[in-house]
Amino acid sequence: MTDKIVTKDLNLWYGGFHALKDVNAAFQVNRITAIIGPSGCGKSTLLRVFNRMNDLIEGVRTGGEALIDGLDILAPDTDLVALRKKVGMVFQRPNPFPLSIYENIVFGVRIRGAKVSRSELDAIVESSLRGVLLWDDLRDMLRSPALRLSLEQRQRLCIARLLAVKPDVLLMDEPCSALDPQATARIEELMRELKHEYTIVIVTHNMQQAARVSDDTGFMLLGELIEFNRTEELFASPRDKRTEDYITGRYG
Amino acid sequence: MRKLREFIIEKLVLLCGLASIFFVVLIFLFLLREGLAVFKTISPSAFLAGKSWYPISEPPQLGILPLILGSLVVTFGAALISIPIGVGCAIYIAEIAPKRLKEILKAGIELLAAIPSVVLGFIGMVTLVPFVKTVFHLPTGLTALSGSIMLAFMAMPTIVSIAEDALYSIPKTYKEGALAMGATHWQAIWRVMLRAASSGILAAIMLGIGRVIGETMAVMMITGNAAVIPHSLFVPVRTLTATIAAEMGEAVIGSEHYFALFAIGIVLFVISFAINVTADLFLHKRQ
Repeated sequence: MTDKIVTKDLNLWYGGFHALKDVNAAFQVNRITAIIGPSGCGKSTLLRVFNRMNDLIEGVRTGGEALIDGLDILAPDTDLVALRKKVGMVFQRPNPFPLSIYENIVFGVRIRGAKVSRSELDAIVESSLRGVLLWDDLRDMLRSPALRLSLEQRQRLCIARLLAVKPDVLLMDEPCSALDPQATARIEELMRELKHEYTIVIVTHNMQQAARVSDDTGFMLLGELIEFNRTEELFASPRDKRTEDYITGRYG
Repeated sequence: MRKLREFIIEKLVLLCGLASIFFVVLIFLFLLREGLAVFKTISPSAFLAGKSWYPISEPPQLGILPLILGSLVVTFGAALISIPIGVGCAIYIAEIAPKRLKEILKAGIELLAAIPSVVLGFIGMVTLVPFVKTVFHLPTGLTALSGSIMLAFMAMPTIVSIAEDALYSIPKTYKEGALAMGATHWQAIWRVMLRAASSGILAAIMLGIGRVIGETMAVMMITGNAAVIPHSLFVPVRTLTATIAAEMGEAVIGSEHYFALFAIGIVLFVISFAINVTADLFLHKRQ
């Protein structure tokens, strides 16, 4: 079992607000790790450390280390473009660009500026769409606007456009919260497929989802990582009283 | 009692609403009646495509092609200058400028919009016109180019504020998504945000151009007012608007010249109307 992402005494402040407190965790390759906890506990913040999306917010400071493949990505000289190619993110609301389906998928390739032939692009589009099981549905409408798709298809497309640049890690920030139960089940199925090739970290407020889909689970509360364990163990025999209270629905 | 009051107020407000429409219709009918009268003596095609405008020769020659081209050349020049600068400014304000600078710039743009056009024309006359003359070695600085530059200043506030609004109101998730894929800030702006805001930006451009084509005072002061067909930006031109403003005072009421000026008004009206409708279409597409 290899560690893909490791945090060491990770701290984060938004101005004066201490949002992450001494988080120590290890996220392993080819597994799905869920981060659960009540709203405002810092789970999305933690996720956004791994692709440095918190940098967009003014007044953010970090302390400690976040290592991906052994390299501290919090170092000031980190190449954010390379990092974000390697660590893709799926958002809560599916956010395909207002471009065609095709252009959405090749977006990541195009912004790297390398000359890629038309046939290579076509191949990337096909394999990415196959990867999210959309190819058969969309193969004849690649030029139509992505915003015409259903919510579930949009979310799949957002995953497909990440696969196009061959990332290592997929960060998912409540990827199913805008979807109905059937679509949610199908996206979860897709995640199980994808974990064989990627390291997946999913933030969810839905404990059942975490229990269904993940291999490891971390429970966060008020910026602290309270407990981190195999999903079955965490849900069956939580070691911390607060974890037990949360998963038995006493708050959150 | 209360019911009666409600009733009266309601009807009064209704009257105000109808009044504006009523006056528009009245103005339009008047314009049509006076303008269309010119076509008793000259065919519409001779009027629109005629190459000479000598309204006081005998018989008067009433071809407005030089005036239409004059307006188009000035507008085209103004668009060429104001669109890139205006959209660039909108991008800077919406996306790049730090908060404080953003407020200052927005206030500055509003101030620019508040300058009366006659003042801009006057400033243009004493500064820009001699400048254009010496820089391009022209016999006169009163050219279409001078008019275009000055009009660009007038179109800019409209373009900047509406385009900035369009950029600001696109969902933040587009930008986040692009950045999360490793796009640089500029790539996110260029490849995603401008596309997403395109209909609003096009509307901004159309409204800016609409303002330019209807503008009278500044162009009359600095474009030289020669009613000849322009072959470049560096010659004096006369616009549709300037023609009406300059000649209405001396045209004999009821003469062909008088009716021709109203017909020019109709042409201007049609152009402005078309531009505004186009802008509206873009704005609605956005919603």
